[in-house]
Amino acid sequence: MAVISYREALNQAMREEMERDASVFIMGEEVGYYNGAYKVTQGLLQRFSERRVVDAPIAEMGFAGIGVGAAMVGLRPIIEFMTFNFSLVAIDQIVNNAAKIFQMSGGQYNVPIVFRGPGGPAVQVGSQHSQSLESYYAHVPGLKVVMPSTALDAKGLLKSAIRDDNPVVFIEGETLYNTTWDVPEAANGDGDLIPLGVADVKREGKDVTLIAWSKMVWTCLDAAKQLAAEGIECEVVDPRTLRPLDVATLAASVQKTGRCVVVEVGWPVAGFGAEVAYQMQKHCIDALDAPIERVTSDDVPMPYAKNLEDEVQPQPKDVVAAVKRVLYLE
Amino acid sequence: MAQIIGLPKLSPTMEEGVLLRWTKKEGDKVSPGDLIAEVETDKASMDFNIEDEGTLLKLLVKEGDTVKLGGPVLIIGKPGEDIAALVAQAGSGAAPEAPKAAAPAPSAQAPAAPVKPSAPPAPTAAAKAAEPARAAATPKAPAPAPSKGDGGPAPGKKLLASPLAKSLAVELGIDLRQIRGTGPGGRIVERDVRTAAEGGAAAAAPAPSEGNGRGAPAAHEVSDEDHTMTQAIAVRPRGTATEPGADFEDVPASNMRKRIAQRLTEAKRDVPHFYLQRSVDAGPLLAFRQKLNDLLGDRGKVSVNDLVVKAVAIALRRMPECNAAWVGDAIRRFHGVHVGVAVSIEDGLVTPVVRDADKKGIGQIAAEIRDLADRAKKRALKGHEISGSTFTVSNLGMFGIERFTAILNPPEAGILAVGAVMDVPVVDKGAVVPGKRMTVSMSCDHRVIDGALGARWLQVFTELVEKPESLAL
Repeated sequence: MAVISYREALNQAMREEMERDASVFIMGEEVGYYNGAYKVTQGLLQRFSERRVVDAPIAEMGFAGIGVGAAMVGLRPIIEFMTFNFSLVAIDQIVNNAAKIFQMSGGQYNVPIVFRGPGGPAVQVGSQHSQSLESYYAHVPGLKVVMPSTALDAKGLLKSAIRDDNPVVFIEGETLYNTTWDVPEAANGDGDLIPLGVADVKREGKDVTLIAWSKMVWTCLDAAKQLAAEGIECEVVDPRTLRPLDVATLAASVQKTGRCVVVEVGWPVAGFGAEVAYQMQKHCIDALDAPIERVTSDDVPMPYAKNLEDEVQPQPKDVVAAVKRVLYLE
Repeated sequence: MAQIIGLPKLSPTMEEGVLLRWTKKEGDKVSPGDLIAEVETDKASMDFNIEDEGTLLKLLVKEGDTVKLGGPVLIIGKPGEDIAALVAQAGSGAAPEAPKAAAPAPSAQAPAAPVKPSAPPAPTAAAKAAEPARAAATPKAPAPAPSKGDGGPAPGKKLLASPLAKSLAVELGIDLRQIRGTGPGGRIVERDVRTAAEGGAAAAAPAPSEGNGRGAPAAHEVSDEDHTMTQAIAVRPRGTATEPGADFEDVPASNMRKRIAQRLTEAKRDVPHFYLQRSVDAGPLLAFRQKLNDLLGDRGKVSVNDLVVKAVAIALRRMPECNAAWVGDAIRRFHGVHVGVAVSIEDGLVTPVVRDADKKGIGQIAAEIRDLADRAKKRALKGHEISGSTFTVSNLGMFGIERFTAILNPPEAGILAVGAVMDVPVVDKGAVVPGKRMTVSMSCDHRVIDGALGARWLQVFTELVEKPESLAL
């Protein structure tokens, strides 16, 4: 075992997959000579040359479309968005081409592409750079949406995403790059693959199920620690992949605890947590002791001021309060 | 336009009633206000006065039958109307949109009686006979008709329970109707069922499956409708004979007995009781009573208990902190002092109320208590005469009981248990002399009354009793 950062885990995943499969290449803004805006592609240019690590102009629609075309003819592109906020410029390529070509071509073309980059609010980068867009992509049939919360998941899931024969939207936690986790050293091996569509119980507990992904897993683990001091045992379940969603694992937990709080950093209206809550009530209705609670960011564009930015996003105290509501402790 | 009339709410807490006697028969014409039946509720036997005009076309229940609140009891309309559909509807447990005992729906604009073609198949006659409670179960009415004025029909209140609480209740054999919910709006949640299961007091045993023709339903069936639950966990059907050869007999509990069982179990379980006792010099009180009775002569009689009630009322007026109730997030102080007086009657007890007892003279209190007690024994008290007390007095002195403690009568925060006046040796100025002593025990709801507060109240009470002339001021 080795303790590595989330950033290093992603780097290892791409490096190992590029070593293993010559059809894998990376394209995006500043991924080569600058080693990536967030240094996730550190050293890859030196190892794999300009042919496989391509610095693109500031033209997301263009290089995303080139990626889709490359995938159609047999390559396995990794398209890096400097942040997922910029994917909005390319969303037509993702939604209308990458997601649909397999079906529209009657199965003649599949699109084995990964769109990756950081998402979710970071720290004081303004409203246009502080949004969590997973609900946009999880809405679209034909896409898979992955949001790892730990270095271990980041590595195993990115390798699976690169090997997947269909388009995968892989959203990294912008504030998670420096977080660390034990990750087995398995260069070139398949032992650290984590299949898409499988949830993970991050903490076991019997009283309430907290469902969260990406950064919010950490928020929930913090809240769970506080609640444990009061004798309340939270089970924290991380779906890791939002689409396809591992309903069975989530529902098994809710059936065990009888209470559910869904936590996401996105906005409340039509947020992905609403879908999770729907699935849980559908499958767990007889086990529920309380209405399912959601904790989300406030329904506003992100303010710039630090105090307001913290106030808008779910904090451990908000999760604690929701847990107490479903336990009727307030 | 014929319509089904449901059983109206005749007492503040009734959930079902036994139709004791019809005073009208089929074919009789009735006008609003006419007495048509007597109904035994949980508290007393009450008059059922019709609020509609018309002819009684069909009496749907027999004397002695138990009917759920809002359950169909009769069909009223014009002579000769075809009521076959309504009879079928009443029989299948389906009811009109809402029972209309008192809601004066203008019959001219009422649409045709809603006969539900998609009504669930009626249980077989045999199954129904075995399950009177089920047959009369509260219909799934969309919403109670807006009840204008008093006595409006309040169909059986929807039982609120979380799905988990419902499945757990089936698993543990708990009757949800016996549980008080602690969730929002009184929702019964998991912890309430677990508490009941641990306490055991409120738990009704699951009916043996042959008793109702089916085993406990799967959890998802239970969430479907409350009376499914009723069926699954029905207590022994009324009037079932004790099995032959058994070394015991089960005496079916009256409505009153069931209500007493439920209320006292809840009170003892949910209210944190503590008790304060002290002995009071009753000599001056007896002398004072003698004086009053001499003055009254044939015009009446004052008992020790009447004086105690008066003393309690004045003490509560002086210390309103004890004339109060716990309401979850506040202490409610009552403005009026209404003293309940526990009266033993056949098969139970009732607690008629002396309203504004602090403002009434001793003679009036004595007369009121005598009248209330007499009518209580005849079960002729009205609903308003047995509700709204803010403190209760219970006296077993006439049975020679020296002291006892009482269970609180929620939501009241205090009840005073009064023992007999005893001849005892007392020490007075260093010498043992004969004395008269009476022991009173105050049960307090600790959420409202702390020990020192209760003790101060008893002190005020004691001073009043020991200087009884002050009761006349």
